[in-house]
Amino acid sequence: MHSTRSSVTEMSTPLLSIRGLKTCFPTRAGLVTAVDGVDLDVYPGECLGIVGESGSGKSVTFASVIGLVRSPGYVADGSMQFDGIDLRGLNADGWRTLRGRDIAMTMQDALTALNPALTVAEQIEEVLLAHATDLPRRGRRDAARARAIEMLRLVGIPAPDKRIDDYPHQFSGGMRQRIMIAIALSCRPKLLIADEPTTALDVTIQAQVLDLISDLRRELGMSVVLITHDLGIVAEHTDRVAVMYAGQIVEAGVTRELIDRPRHPYTRGLIGLIPRLSDLDAPIKPIEGQVPELIGLGGTCRFYDRCDFRASRCRTDIPMEAAGLDHQVRCVRVEESLQ
Amino acid sequence: MKPLALVGRIAQLVPVLLGVSVIVFVMMALTPGDPVEIMLADQQATPQQVQAMRHDMGLDRPALERFGVFLGNALTGNFGLSFFHRRPVAEVIAERLPATVELTLAALLLAIAISVPLGVVAAVKKNKLVDRLAALGSLFGISLPGFWFGIILIILFAVHLKLLPVSGRMEFACEVPAITTLVTIDSLLRGRPDCFANALSHLILPALTLALPMAAVLTRVQRAAMLEVLRSDYIVFAQAKGISRRRVLWRHALKNALVPTVTVAAIETGSLLGGNMVVETVFGWPGLGRLVVESIFVRNYPLVQAAVLFYAVTYVLLNFIADVLYTMLNPRVRL
Repeated sequence: MHSTRSSVTEMSTPLLSIRGLKTCFPTRAGLVTAVDGVDLDVYPGECLGIVGESGSGKSVTFASVIGLVRSPGYVADGSMQFDGIDLRGLNADGWRTLRGRDIAMTMQDALTALNPALTVAEQIEEVLLAHATDLPRRGRRDAARARAIEMLRLVGIPAPDKRIDDYPHQFSGGMRQRIMIAIALSCRPKLLIADEPTTALDVTIQAQVLDLISDLRRELGMSVVLITHDLGIVAEHTDRVAVMYAGQIVEAGVTRELIDRPRHPYTRGLIGLIPRLSDLDAPIKPIEGQVPELIGLGGTCRFYDRCDFRASRCRTDIPMEAAGLDHQVRCVRVEESLQ
Repeated sequence: MKPLALVGRIAQLVPVLLGVSVIVFVMMALTPGDPVEIMLADQQATPQQVQAMRHDMGLDRPALERFGVFLGNALTGNFGLSFFHRRPVAEVIAERLPATVELTLAALLLAIAISVPLGVVAAVKKNKLVDRLAALGSLFGISLPGFWFGIILIILFAVHLKLLPVSGRMEFACEVPAITTLVTIDSLLRGRPDCFANALSHLILPALTLALPMAAVLTRVQRAAMLEVLRSDYIVFAQAKGISRRRVLWRHALKNALVPTVTVAAIETGSLLGGNMVVETVFGWPGLGRLVVESIFVRNYPLVQAAVLFYAVTYVLLNFIADVLYTMLNPRVRL
């Protein structure tokens, strides 16, 4: 898949390796294939960005990775290897051991992700009590509490020893997001899945939270998957990026390269949506149309209906092809469209 | 919680109690029948004697005046004499109340013990066999009339199997000095397990009769609340932490899903305290409900008045307790 690798990933084996992932949701209208043949690698210590519109399958892909696809959805096909473990072969106990300890997740809205009826203390301590093997046998609870306070301090909650007994609603939005990050990172996971970590926050807080995630990633040496619809965030915080559209990856590569030289018409459309400081007067050109229904797709490029460069040879299943140094794209008309 | 909230609640009671008093007084006044004639029915009293007694009891005065007197006395805590017992109404009610409280508490505990776990399991196993059986059971519990179910229980367990007594609260041999006035607890506190068993054997059938329809409603409420909660983000996030499934369900989900159940349980308890006349009558339970039924039959106005006022106070109080429980379950709510 990755014949050439960037410096970040050189000489290492992937921590997470996804091949041919297919996740489906039965609905009344038919079987929705929300994720359709996704291949991805996450390397130790890197930050991988996943970009796409709502419904592109970016969240469902990583819900599959952590085994929490919402009912009635299910993983239909493909393989997922994490740190030598076959994720698709895990039973309930196996998942429980892995989640929170090796793979952690934060959700888009901390207000709804934190339990309103339990104190912050309880919500952090329970993760530690479930996974931390190095807590002393006597006074486990006290040790868990001390470590929870330490985590809150690490993510920048002021006076954590006093605030730890508060309930989530007593914190501001940015603080709640930090608490959720503290919970996710409390057992020093190898992989953090950060699903839209800043969408619910205002801009100044966004930057603080993203910097916090970046700092902690370096400090703890973990890998981060940053799921977002904001290419600006990707450009600033990720090493590599995959662009998803209608359940597939349409373009993937090293962040700098992909932002500077986007190949897929969809990616170029997305980048066209970012106002450039050098050219503020240029009109922002939206991508016309909307994401297709994910039922019974196939036999055509999924972006066909919205693409300015569509042609008769786009009416077939398009494979991912190398488009440069560590850069792949799912488009047969790259050359024509770039002219 | 602020003490101000409590004051507010008590202030709310004033118009409620006033309205209830008016309604009860009017209804009793409109009901045909005369307590004096009922009392003197077998004694071949002369019209003069009847008249004298009516005068004694103040029944010869206009209704409005009687209401005024009643209200004035009630404000000072005096609810008058029970016509038939010749003792203060408050005393008669206080004597009968513990039996009703005991029966209600037993029914409440039984209903919660059945409905909360069943509702949770039904929600988790939605549309599976357990859920369908729970739905069927609830339908039965809601549809079957209490008196019928009570009689069936008596026929089955008392008459045929002879396992449990037919009626009453306790055998006379088992009079233990009162501590809490609840005989099950008192017999334990006094170190009389034999009496405890006896009290329990009397309690179980009427408690079950009252608990069944309550459990039926609470199971549905608990299931619906749990289904709602299980869809929320914080349950997904809790699962992502890798904590035990038991903890996700019984701590994360249930603490949120108990809120509606507590409300409904409080309302149901209110109607049990004030509405188990039928079951108390069927089981010969010496409680307040049966006392009120008897008192209505003999037009014992003061007792009925006072009992209904008591029911109203209880109802408001229980709703207040439910609100206090909310704040414990859901810290976002502040009274």
